[in-house]
Amino acid sequence: MTKKVLVAMLLLCTPLAACHRSAPPTPAAYDSATPARQAALLKQGEYVARAADCTACHTAPGGKPYAGGLTMSTPIGTLYSTNITPDKATGIGDYSYTDFDNAVRHGIRKDGSTLYPAMPYPSYSRTTDADMQAMYAWFMHGVAPVAQANRKFDVHWPMSMRWTLSIWRGMFAPKVAPYQPPPGTNPEIARGGYLVEVLGHCGDCHTPRGWAFQEKALSASDGSEFLSGSAPLEGWIAKNLRGDNKDGLGSWTVPQLVQLLKTGRSDHSAVFGSMAYPIADSTQYLSDADLTAIARFLKALPARDPHNPSFAYDDRETKALQKGDDSKAGAAIYLDSCSACHRSDGQGYARVFPALAGNPVVQTVDATSLISIVLRGDTMGATKTAPSTFTMPGFAWRLSDQDVADVVNFIRTSWGNQAPTVTAGDVAHLRTGEMKATFQANHAHGARTR
Amino acid sequence: MATVMKKVDAVIVGFGWTGAIMAKELTEAGLNVVALERGPMRDTYPDGAYPQTIDELTYNSRKKLFMDISKETVTLRHSSSDIAVPYRQFGAFLPGTGVGGAGLHWSGVHFRVDPIELRLRSHYEERYGKKFIPEGMTIQDFGVSYEELEPYFDFAEKVFGTSGTAWSVKGEIVGRGKGGNPFAADRSNPFPLEAQKNTVSAQLFQKAAEAVGYHPYNLPSANTSGPYTNPYGAQMGPCNFCGYCSGYACYMYSKASPNVNILPALRQEPKFELRVQSHVLRVNLGTDRKLATGVTYLDAQGREVEQPADIVIIGAFQFNNVRLLLLSGIGKPYDPATGEGVIGRNFAYQNESNIKVFFDKNGHTTNPFIGAGGNGVAVDDFNADNFDHGPEGFVGGSPFWVNQAGTKPISAAVTPPGTPKWGSAWKAATADYYTHHISMNAHGAHQSYRVNYLDLDPVYKDAYGQPLLRMTFDWQPNDIKLSQFMTGKMRRIAEAMNPKAISAHAHEPGKHFDATSYQTTHLNGGAIMGTDPATSAVNRYMQSWDVPNVFVPGASAFPQGLGYNPTGLIAALTYFSARAIREQYLKHPGPLVQA
Repeated sequence: MTKKVLVAMLLLCTPLAACHRSAPPTPAAYDSATPARQAALLKQGEYVARAADCTACHTAPGGKPYAGGLTMSTPIGTLYSTNITPDKATGIGDYSYTDFDNAVRHGIRKDGSTLYPAMPYPSYSRTTDADMQAMYAWFMHGVAPVAQANRKFDVHWPMSMRWTLSIWRGMFAPKVAPYQPPPGTNPEIARGGYLVEVLGHCGDCHTPRGWAFQEKALSASDGSEFLSGSAPLEGWIAKNLRGDNKDGLGSWTVPQLVQLLKTGRSDHSAVFGSMAYPIADSTQYLSDADLTAIARFLKALPARDPHNPSFAYDDRETKALQKGDDSKAGAAIYLDSCSACHRSDGQGYARVFPALAGNPVVQTVDATSLISIVLRGDTMGATKTAPSTFTMPGFAWRLSDQDVADVVNFIRTSWGNQAPTVTAGDVAHLRTGEMKATFQANHAHGARTR
Repeated sequence: MATVMKKVDAVIVGFGWTGAIMAKELTEAGLNVVALERGPMRDTYPDGAYPQTIDELTYNSRKKLFMDISKETVTLRHSSSDIAVPYRQFGAFLPGTGVGGAGLHWSGVHFRVDPIELRLRSHYEERYGKKFIPEGMTIQDFGVSYEELEPYFDFAEKVFGTSGTAWSVKGEIVGRGKGGNPFAADRSNPFPLEAQKNTVSAQLFQKAAEAVGYHPYNLPSANTSGPYTNPYGAQMGPCNFCGYCSGYACYMYSKASPNVNILPALRQEPKFELRVQSHVLRVNLGTDRKLATGVTYLDAQGREVEQPADIVIIGAFQFNNVRLLLLSGIGKPYDPATGEGVIGRNFAYQNESNIKVFFDKNGHTTNPFIGAGGNGVAVDDFNADNFDHGPEGFVGGSPFWVNQAGTKPISAAVTPPGTPKWGSAWKAATADYYTHHISMNAHGAHQSYRVNYLDLDPVYKDAYGQPLLRMTFDWQPNDIKLSQFMTGKMRRIAEAMNPKAISAHAHEPGKHFDATSYQTTHLNGGAIMGTDPATSAVNRYMQSWDVPNVFVPGASAFPQGLGYNPTGLIAALTYFSARAIREQYLKHPGPLVQA
């Protein structure tokens, strides 16, 4: 929290502090519906809740569905997700439709105070009334009630004062109104836009944030910052999803994107880092039509880089490695530690070991993700249609900061890849204390590989 | 007092291939299934993580993935007049433990079966007459035919992602001149993956075998020739011939295992639970001893836990299946004096012999560090009953092969006959011959005999106070005849390679079974399947004749050993049994075959 933010909030507090809606309550559609319609509402509501990925925050690891309790470490302190099961005492069982709508689309709690924007109400604000009604029906009648009290937040002053949040809301949350694509938008792309911008709240991670942690763009029409990739969070970058060939989705096809969102992997790539969760909790449950709509919407986003050169494979490194020439810095490490799976030609093996040649996540300007995966390794998430969880082992225990920098630079500058190089210092910055300890333990007696 | 768990539909003892297959099949049928594995959780990561797994000392020399024989082992003796002693150091055979069982540390040779071996006694009696089978040899028919099992072989290959070359598919010859095996039984489909590439050694074997008139073919291998996705959606990486297969978890996800090929799908199944470090002590029986009520096990903290279940699957390793039946009092123990009783009967092994050829250092370079556990070239000219046994006077056949599985640094010291065992001459020979030798095997079928059997040891107990299993076993005259004959026939291939030297090892008269040197972990029998409860422990569906809600899949059901490696037949029989449970038993619980 910078001083600038604080000052801005204090200045703006008075006129915006009270904006609790006081409209007459909207009736719940479920109550007056026929049994068949009720069943349809529940089905739709469950699907909308999946698309909105409510589970991501409101189900704790190993916890009961939607009972909350997930710990979220944020710059302003520690938040705990809330119980949104229909338990009357500890959940949202006594929420009217209007109360529910206030929380989801308006960011306002039943007591009138403002929600922390960890709840992505700026995105949800454009949910359709029909989806809201369906989701309400699902949370009231489809979800099992769980008695589990919410934990008190541990937030630093001044954000510990809820009224400061209403200022943030006033400044950054759009007006509540159902999603409207730009006039003339193809209906499939419009559906994709609704899923990406609104329910999927993809920008929460994939759009860069401004001085008050607000997303710099909430919609495709807000300009080229939208979904252009984030700053590092927990050692990973949420990648650019725009049409850039180098680090965006320019080289991807619609079927590849659908495959990735459905199974967590495509012919040439695999999900890693934090994206495994929304695949497992949300996108794998979406219909092929909706996944295709998402892919078409994303593919319609113009590249951020107006020049946007396309990737051209260069076989120099392949030929050198295959004839035993490992003179390029990092090449020997690549041969020893990477090439069994990713191959000397950088192409990997279809659906099993991702290609590195031309892969946008290895060519981002900020190499955090690539350095992190070399240090920590990662495991592919399981999905119902692709249950295998291949693990790339971490190399922090074995490779020095310079080794990691060398192999990362080798990958970022071989087979036609073009990305800025990194230094041992960049690697050291991402090496945790535990990684340092394991490395030192393994090199204490001059041992190289144990 | 034991903690009593909530009753489940089926409890499975052991989570190797048979346990994993049963768990998948039974959860698909809607059953709640708990699998109890005595060993630890194991998976490609971290147990097969690269490069830590490329460690011969830890895995091969110190046997990291194998059974903890400080806690439980078997006792061994050569005849019923000897006193058995515990198997305290690993030698002849290497039973596994932990999730995946032997299916995690196996090599990956994935055969079907030669059809005649499923009806071995009938076949020999028909072709050679009843008197041909020696007195005291207790071979018998499995009670199921190749044709009945073919769809299950086919499905198991799809689950395993097996690489190979078909000879004939639905009666049409497709593999002539391409590496198919002309002696192989007909198939309904080609292999899911094409055969792996062959090493230099295997190519030399192929040429030499052809030169002496034999019919070489590509070994069917559960190491992948390319990336693969199986019917459960589980994926495999491509094998890169690193050579760390047998005794290791494959870091490339390219050797089929319960962990790679079935467990990922089971993890998505809420009806399935896997409990590791759960050592089953006994199957519990109802008061009339006609039905099992579940099992009792020790958990990781050593506490007794009772798991009630409607169906009990005993899916542990071959000899542990037999031991659990004996400890639970299921079926009548075998008595070698009278030949009566079935539990422990027809214990059989594999009748292996080996030839090594050595080339001059300017001769063929064989790069023995390259390899894959299931890969190679074989001939079946002397397997099963593919030749006339009449003049030879023994029962059984043998495939021969070069199965170069990667010769690791510690075990690499291979020298020609006559080389000193140490010193500079030994060093020089080791350096000269490491990259210039080939090893080939005759993987002879082993028969069952009245005198080879399993029972509970009267003296030795395991760490939990239960009697160890006792193996009474020795080579019989038929085994020695087979070994000598096969080694001679294989030697012709070796000689056709024009090597500088040959060393051959076959069984010899008067020499006992040697438990101290590794042979193979293909142990068979002891709870055999058949058509008659007087001579078999389980029926053709591997269902106990005595306690019909107990099923005992595994090589323990083989009435005798096969020429081929056992895993393919174990998998097919388990799928066959599971299908019978799903389609018949669940509708009408009770004996699937009327005795």
